[in-house]
Amino acid sequence: MYRKLLSMPFIFWIFVGTVIPLAMIAYYGFTDRLGNFTINNIIAIFQPVHAQALGLSLGLALISTAVCFLLAFPLAMILKGSSWGRKGFIVFIFILPMWMNFLLRTMAWQVILEKGGIFNTMLQTMHLPSLNIINTPAAIVLGMVYDFLPFMVLPIYNALMKIDDNIIEAAYDLGATKGRVLKDILLPLSVPGIASGITMVFVPSLTTFVISNILGGGKIYLIGNIIEQEFTTSANWNLGSGLSLIMMVFIVISMAALARLDKSGEGNFI
Amino acid sequence: MKSHKVKKILLIMLALIIVVAAAVLITGCGAKNKNEVLVYCYGDYMDPSLVKQFEKETGIKVVLDTYDTNEEMYPVIKNQAGVYDVICPDTYMIERMAKEGLLSKIDYSKIPNIKNIDKAYLKKANATYDPGNKYSVPYQTGVAGILYNTKKIPKGSITSWKDLWKKQYKGKIIMQDGLRDTMGISLKALGYSLNTTMKSELSAATNYLIKQKPLVYKYANDSARDLLVGNSADLGVVWNGEMLYSQELNKDLDFVIPKEGTEVFVDSWCIPKNAFHKSNAEKWINFMCREDVAYKNFEYLTYSTPNVAAKKKLPKSIRNNKGLFPTAEMLKKSENLRDVGPDGDDLYSYYWKIFKSE
Amino acid sequence: MSKAIKTIYMIIIMMFLYLPIVTLMVFSFNESKSMFAWTGLSLRWYKEMFHDTQMLSAIWNTFSIAISAAAIATIIGTMACVGIIAMSKRSQTVIMGFNNIPLLNADIVTGISLMLSFIAFGFYLNWGTVLLAHITFCIPYVILSVMPKLKQLGPGNYEAALDLGATPAYAFRKVVIPEIKPGIISGFLLAFTMSVDDFVVTHFTRGAGINTISTLIYSQVKVGIRPTLFALSTVIFLVVLVILVLVNFASGKDAEEEEFFYEVAQG
Repeated sequence: MYRKLLSMPFIFWIFVGTVIPLAMIAYYGFTDRLGNFTINNIIAIFQPVHAQALGLSLGLALISTAVCFLLAFPLAMILKGSSWGRKGFIVFIFILPMWMNFLLRTMAWQVILEKGGIFNTMLQTMHLPSLNIINTPAAIVLGMVYDFLPFMVLPIYNALMKIDDNIIEAAYDLGATKGRVLKDILLPLSVPGIASGITMVFVPSLTTFVISNILGGGKIYLIGNIIEQEFTTSANWNLGSGLSLIMMVFIVISMAALARLDKSGEGNFI
Repeated sequence: MKSHKVKKILLIMLALIIVVAAAVLITGCGAKNKNEVLVYCYGDYMDPSLVKQFEKETGIKVVLDTYDTNEEMYPVIKNQAGVYDVICPDTYMIERMAKEGLLSKIDYSKIPNIKNIDKAYLKKANATYDPGNKYSVPYQTGVAGILYNTKKIPKGSITSWKDLWKKQYKGKIIMQDGLRDTMGISLKALGYSLNTTMKSELSAATNYLIKQKPLVYKYANDSARDLLVGNSADLGVVWNGEMLYSQELNKDLDFVIPKEGTEVFVDSWCIPKNAFHKSNAEKWINFMCREDVAYKNFEYLTYSTPNVAAKKKLPKSIRNNKGLFPTAEMLKKSENLRDVGPDGDDLYSYYWKIFKSE
Repeated sequence: MSKAIKTIYMIIIMMFLYLPIVTLMVFSFNESKSMFAWTGLSLRWYKEMFHDTQMLSAIWNTFSIAISAAAIATIIGTMACVGIIAMSKRSQTVIMGFNNIPLLNADIVTGISLMLSFIAFGFYLNWGTVLLAHITFCIPYVILSVMPKLKQLGPGNYEAALDLGATPAYAFRKVVIPEIKPGIISGFLLAFTMSVDDFVVTHFTRGAGINTISTLIYSQVKVGIRPTLFALSTVIFLVVLVILVLVNFASGKDAEEEEFFYEVAQG
């Protein structure tokens, strides 16, 4: 059984790269500055300032995820049914933007949406009212949707592609309407892909601090920003770790839900 | 035969581990021996051609890393997340880092150009944030003030910090995005000291800032001047050093120091205690204090310089520019930022978090 | 759902995805530093890009780390897949669960936890620590690419080869690897992409003087981005685009190549 040995470097890496760092977060999360055990860092999430930021983050993440799904599902369906060039090429169209650095792409939105920026200049020349969503939560949702849309489209697309076209044809032959086909065949069969997509959008949206920094104009503090502040400006690693542990709870819940909905592990985004 | 396979695999794994470990060690240990100086400073805070000039004259490679605020720099130095040779903190950060033993003493015998620095600044430092001038060499100084567009706002109508709270400017205001800086503006507007640690005063200042939030277009530091030049906003807080540069690009902009007094910063060069290349750091600081270097730097940066020798060479109109070089009379109510101690810092962080999350 | 509506929808989404990219590309040719006003066509930022030592070192760091991390992750990950397949169902689930943690974990938690660990164990942050951090989050992508292929393959062919007298190593080399090659390649490419684009983890583990393209951009976000970065990103983007187009054309109607392309895109 030397084959199992092949996985040793990986096991070692998991231990050193994932388990130990998480243990460190747990250590800092459950102790105070002097090293004494405390749960203050964990229950700190219930302080108004933290709860507020968490609430805002959850709200924005849910909205972004929903918008992503509403945009992605029709798109995936269209892609599936189309004869748009080779399959691989289409998928690449969505991966290609990832090659432009994501900070720059987000920054570009700042340029586009700025009051004196391109978008508003265009609107003004067309005598339309200018759009002032920069530095508001709406801009952050836009940023999140933009950054994470590919992560929602690809798993759904993959899941849809795995559905045998014969099944759909058979359903039509048996007299089903388009709506019925969607509701009873396409949606249920693509659930693994949807679950994967939702997780891959929701979790990063929930914990981002970069998007709120760039598009929020310093006015909007998400839970990710608070954690970042605790680790940098405030130099309070204990509180930062405590809050991070709370975030991990959400992540674990997402993972568990994903495992439930995607038992065979088919819904990869890749 | 099986054991042969096992050995082979173990060998491969061992090789992998060695390769990775080597990568870490090589890049880690090499740092001490290279002839370079690691400078950690605000972004775009010196003329890039001066960096090249330094490299040419001394043969020392300059590695420049930047930060946006003192609060961003502090944990990096404290935790040794990055080991730098020379940093550029403001008065209160110098005081705090010195107290915590994070800075090494400056060896003035290696920095003869210190003679070019205005004695008044050294005296002030000695009396307040750096007793004995042990740890810092002043680099740039200045004050915060309001830059506004005279086409939209009549010239002379802005005189107080409170003008930034006026509802008529809703959506056109830019505030700074720095813990002490922004809190300081609110404190000064309410008549308190920039360095207070009284909960009542901090709480009042925080609430005052929260009141202002819906009126503010953006919280920005250096990018504020670009937004004002580009007419995305009509008035905002900038350092007086940005004044000349902004007015060059947009003639309608005027600068004023509010009557309640303002923050006076003195960004100074310091050497962290565990710097790898101390002597290179000293050469860097000495170079920066040179008369011609400081003069050239002023032309690029237009921040008010504490370098007397360079100042003498400036044209009279600039030397007499009260916005750039305010008189002592104008600064009667202004203060340096001082260290408020770890408890004070916790308080400020706490209120900052509340204000930001509102 | 008429064809017209579908096409319009696709085009709108495409425009949405590419608008910022095109904006950046356009402004990389702008004469002035401003991101609001177009003052004229100029190549100065492209020229400056090649002389800016800070940028060149960031480029070097980004790609050297990405290639090394992707390569090492691919080796470790592929070996791991082979090893994990040989384990019991239960161990497999547990280990794959652990494997998913870096993937799904918030990158801020990954970055900070690694930073804490490095500092606690006395390492100075540098190029090496960034590499280690990148390998850590790259391995899961490799495993996720290779595992499905390995499972698809099944033990049949490998065992048949053994029965026919091949040594395990030979069987592995000649039977298993060719079948999972697309998975390995796509895993490598995916790991490479994630490493190049990473910001948060690098931000926390980089130490003094080490910048990748991402961290360099972030440090300039507050001050005002110099268009040299736009120029750089445009160049990278165009290079990738050209490669893709070439691959697309070169494959022509060759079904096998198309399969390969699709597999790579699939990850």
